[in-house]
Amino acid sequence: MLADNKEIKISVKNLKKSYGSLEVLKDINTEVTKGEVVCVIGPSGSGKSTFLRCLNKLETVTSGSIIVDGNDITSKSVNINKVRENIGMVFQHFNLFNNLNILDNLTLAPVQLKKCSKAEAEKRAVEMLSKVGLADKAESYPSQLSGGQKQRVAIARALCMQPDIMLFDEPTSALDPEMVGEVLQVMKDLAADGMTMVIVTHEMGFAREVADRVIFMDGGYIIEEGTPSEVLLNPKEERTIDFLNKVL
Amino acid sequence: MIKIITVYGTMLLGAMGRTLLLALLGLFFACIIGMIFGIMGVVKNRACNIIAQIFVDVIRGVPMIVLAFFVYFGIPYLFNTIIGGFSVSLTALQAGTICLALNCGAYMAEIIRAGIQSVDIGQMEAARSLGLTYGMSMRKVVLPQAIRTMIPTFINQFIITLKDTSILSVIGFPELVNTAKNVQANTFMSFQTWAIVGIMYLIVITILSRSAKVLERRLNVGR
Repeated sequence: MLADNKEIKISVKNLKKSYGSLEVLKDINTEVTKGEVVCVIGPSGSGKSTFLRCLNKLETVTSGSIIVDGNDITSKSVNINKVRENIGMVFQHFNLFNNLNILDNLTLAPVQLKKCSKAEAEKRAVEMLSKVGLADKAESYPSQLSGGQKQRVAIARALCMQPDIMLFDEPTSALDPEMVGEVLQVMKDLAADGMTMVIVTHEMGFAREVADRVIFMDGGYIIEEGTPSEVLLNPKEERTIDFLNKVL
Repeated sequence: MIKIITVYGTMLLGAMGRTLLLALLGLFFACIIGMIFGIMGVVKNRACNIIAQIFVDVIRGVPMIVLAFFVYFGIPYLFNTIIGGFSVSLTALQAGTICLALNCGAYMAEIIRAGIQSVDIGQMEAARSLGLTYGMSMRKVVLPQAIRTMIPTFINQFIITLKDTSILSVIGFPELVNTAKNVQANTFMSFQTWAIVGIMYLIVITILSRSAKVLERRLNVGR
């Protein structure tokens, strides 16, 4: 899988994470290469969201290392804010800034972090909004949008920082069924553009169609990983088969 | 009643002015104290959390009248007699301001802490995930939302503090209640005197709470 010496964007080694005596991630080892789309699936409580949140240090790890673009983010000497500028994240509950309108949601970080001037940021924000089909919503407030629209704005907001990597934490789980499609479409476009993506999802159809690799997690371990056809169609492990029987 | 108004009217109005001055000074410093200890209550630092909690518990656990005596008489006595070598003295206005600032500040700290914690944690996480620092996220995303929810409670606290200035009559600050005591002593018309004082408080506080309502409505535009 890594044979074609592609650039490694994320490298996770011996990652462990506990909350008190509860061990959520037991020993995670994996790598994500440039342009790869990785879908993480598994039952709830398997640690997949925690794993994703470790990748941009929203959770501090207990032990192990996570190297993103050559920076070990578990080390205290690495400026995590700088690393995060390069990693976009999309949340299950959108988390748009409720006090700001859509345009300001998109321009806040680029302007505050002096990535570009206000005018440039606004220009890019409008571009990104058009990309997700919401150019007419620039002046609206988050409370005026539907769930699917909010999630598309959230993706556009992350893209405004021009990240190399995008993390998605169950981006469609809080949406009405009819709105899932519009969000998945935006994600498909992004994958087609060559974005490196790690996606925690329950959308098996999406994983099969878009993922380069599927990781199945359970009980804090990676049980099985491989191409969608390997993991989703011809799973080898008992627990993967069990899980897929329940969800498909 | 008319006699009190004509003879003592300006005196009582002046006293009301001093009451408002004391309340404003107290509130001003209370806001600063409340902000500091409120933020210390939410940051991810155990020591800060504990210090903030102790401050709030101590001030809330002591009646303001005791605090007033302690600051006005106790503190100068500590420096001048117990430690010795100092000549600290506080005016009634200074001591009163300190008391109100500490007392109201403790309650404000709790309001601010609760207000910040009422904002969904996802707002902070989303801001941090974009690379914004904790301080930027707080200033630009969390606090603006927290302040909206805090405003009604703030106004309530302002009103309580305005009324609490009357407690400071015990250290001799010539605010409204203290002045009214003199009027009563001079005229023996206790019913009329306290009725007038009551109405004066009522008017000021009604104006305050009405304008607060307007402010609240303005801030909710675009929500």
